[in-house]
Amino acid sequence: MKVYRDKRIIILYLFPAIALMALFVYYPLVQSIVFSLFKWASFSPEKQWVGFYNYHLIVSDTATFFTILRNNFFYAVVSTIFQAGLGLVFAACLEEKFMRGTQPFFRTVLFIPSLIAMTVIAMLWQFMYDPNIGMINQAIQALGFKDFNAQWLGDSNLSIWCCIIVSQWQYIGYCMMLDLVGIQKIDGELFEAATIDGATRPQVFRYITLPLMKESILVTTVVTILGSVKVFTEVYVMTAGGPGRSSEVLATAMYRAAFKNDEMGVACAYAIMIFVLTFICAALQLKLSHTGEE
Amino acid sequence: MFAKKIGSNAWKVFIFLLFAVYAFAIIYPLSWMIISSLKTNTEFFTSPWGLPAQPQWHHYYEAVKYGVAAYFFNSVFITLASVLFSVLFSSMASYIITRFDFKLKNAAFLFILGGLMISPEVTLVSLFKLEQSLHVYNTHWALIIPYTVFRIPFTTFLIRSYMLSLPKAVEESAYIDGCSTFKVFSRIVMPICKPIIASAALLTAMTSWNEFMFALVFVESEKYKTIPIGLMNLKGQFGTNYPRLMAALVVSASVMIILFLCFQKQFVRGLTAGSVKG
Repeated sequence: MKVYRDKRIIILYLFPAIALMALFVYYPLVQSIVFSLFKWASFSPEKQWVGFYNYHLIVSDTATFFTILRNNFFYAVVSTIFQAGLGLVFAACLEEKFMRGTQPFFRTVLFIPSLIAMTVIAMLWQFMYDPNIGMINQAIQALGFKDFNAQWLGDSNLSIWCCIIVSQWQYIGYCMMLDLVGIQKIDGELFEAATIDGATRPQVFRYITLPLMKESILVTTVVTILGSVKVFTEVYVMTAGGPGRSSEVLATAMYRAAFKNDEMGVACAYAIMIFVLTFICAALQLKLSHTGEE
Repeated sequence: MFAKKIGSNAWKVFIFLLFAVYAFAIIYPLSWMIISSLKTNTEFFTSPWGLPAQPQWHHYYEAVKYGVAAYFFNSVFITLASVLFSVLFSSMASYIITRFDFKLKNAAFLFILGGLMISPEVTLVSLFKLEQSLHVYNTHWALIIPYTVFRIPFTTFLIRSYMLSLPKAVEESAYIDGCSTFKVFSRIVMPICKPIIASAALLTAMTSWNEFMFALVFVESEKYKTIPIGLMNLKGQFGTNYPRLMAALVVSASVMIILFLCFQKQFVRGLTAGSVKG
């Protein structure tokens, strides 16, 4: 049809999306790269070229940089095991015949935390972790350990783990929901045939569910790792990277550099580190989920 | 055979109990939040496990009046605007990409989809500078723009795949009858795409409603703040009146939960179509 070649219409309808993406996504990305090579402050017009000095600054503070990378790494590993791994096992369990009746209930309950703003979740857990009025210490004390008094978020060895636990609590149900839909798409006859042939339930999971869900597992894994690289809100609200810098992650370090220390160049260098890591993950995800194909 | 049967039943009980315990671990903190919001401040500290002697419903009234109400309007306005713009621009782009014929078609699609590879965190500092120089910093637009823009790639992806599966016959006969592109787009294409638009809109609403980082950085004045940031302020403002703060948390959380319980099907369709976590 002739109308399908009308250049005016094409430009008119595509323009808003393309222009907005160019101005507010791609341009800031390029700027982040450029800005990371300068030393500059938020409200002064001067920018001093320093090359890779900002990156050097970050890396040369070895102890902090190591803590940051370690925290993001822990986040990624634990999240992969619990969200991508356990989420799938949970989904498979809920699809078992004896769980079918209660599936809608468990499915909904487990999913609910992922709908609530992370700020709300983080503030709620702050109360639970509180050493004096929090229910976690009180529960442990009620079990008979009267002297138990962990500082949780206030303990530099535990703080990051406290944040990691909250993220798992919030997102296992979310990944489970994705896997559940995936499993329901598998042809039910495969499961029946395997059961008739005498396969046990774990065998069915191992030899039918896992191989057929391979692609979906890869996608959830990558999405989970992506989330771990850019994690910000939970950590910022609960610990702000502290005590000290013990629970600092890349995004909170970036925020601290930009809006606490006014070292915008350093903040941009952190941003580029996040970019490189997330870009690799996102590229993998796009490739695995074939979103680029027809 | 008999022993095996007992064994498998024990497993069933075990798995069921595991789910029951996990569900409890989710329901308990959430109900603790609700119960605490109804306590007096003294009860909150002296009997954190108990039930309130007299439910203090006025905490909800106060939480809404002195805190949430001010932020509520901002959150609703910014969320609605972001949903409207992201859905509108994404549908327009999808319509062109799925129906029209031109050389740079694939390039245009990849340019939009490429946004999925750039996480909002990466652009935080430069967007902050950009918004200052465009004078949108510290206005409603400071959040509407990034919320819209960062949802366009995924929304376009969702709507495009849906449009690809639709037959073109109706549109083409409408063109033959002399309809304009605008009429075909607004009267035929958009209505048919309603299901996927609903899913995309819900997902965008959820991310905009809950977003924290941009809201923390791009808005400075009280009068433009959204609920997630407002809650952080209430914490300081209400001092140690924790039950009132709990009431504010409950109000803010319930909006999305109610929305989900009403539109579960659309939510799940959108989530599973692309597996992208907000």
